[in-house]
Amino acid sequence: MRLVAIGLVAGVFSAFFGVGGGIVAVPLLILVAGLPERAATATSLMAIAITATAGVVVYAYRGEVDVAYAALVGLPAAAGALAGSAWQQRIRASTLTYGFAVLLSALGVWLLAS
Amino acid sequence: MTTSTIVLALALGVAAGVLAGLFGVGGGILFVPALVALGLGQIEAQGTSLLAILPTVLAGTWNQRRYGNLRPRTAVVLGVSSVLGVEVGARLATALPETTVRRLFALLLFAVAVHLVWRTRRQEPRYPDSP
Repeated sequence: MRLVAIGLVAGVFSAFFGVGGGIVAVPLLILVAGLPERAATATSLMAIAITATAGVVVYAYRGEVDVAYAALVGLPAAAGALAGSAWQQRIRASTLTYGFAVLLSALGVWLLAS
Repeated sequence: MTTSTIVLALALGVAAGVLAGLFGVGGGILFVPALVALGLGQIEAQGTSLLAILPTVLAGTWNQRRYGNLRPRTAVVLGVSSVLGVEVGARLATALPETTVRRLFALLLFAVAVHLVWRTRRQEPRYPDSP
């Protein structure tokens, strides 16, 4: 039942923002379902495959999915993510992370202004 | 779609993927702003982002399966129960004015930024020079 509740919350979050929803699912899996951190991350990732597929169907039904742009952005991103997660094992990234947090905040400010 | 748009989309895709892999965040948080920058509306960017994250998610799941971290049954229960939530979330997003959703997305970006800083500070060793 806890898993079903987490799934529901993650699903609403994912579809509302058009993101995977790992940022809510992973902490909930650790805190509410008692999974270890690595298992929570991996399991959330596989669940997102189902959640995002459902999201694509629901958005596509409303005519809000651009397949060409999804492929242009999504396919190179998969290659980039594999490289990125491999580099992550090798570098101590705390300074970089602060830079990334600044970038995310800047994107937020830009979206607020646009 | 012009050639420069295609090149820009590919470049943003690679950059978003590298950053997502490097900092352990999902691609969606970066795809949505990238797609907005490419000229899509907020809602269309969100629907498109959900399709764009699938290759990354599938590749990541494949990797995690090799590391033995994956709990497939838990993931299926989680994923299947999310479907009802997905319908609710998409209805909410499409019912609200697009600028409202965009502003809420901006708040999400700030929240993720704060979360990342918090997570990094928590992980930093107290005595950086000690072995």
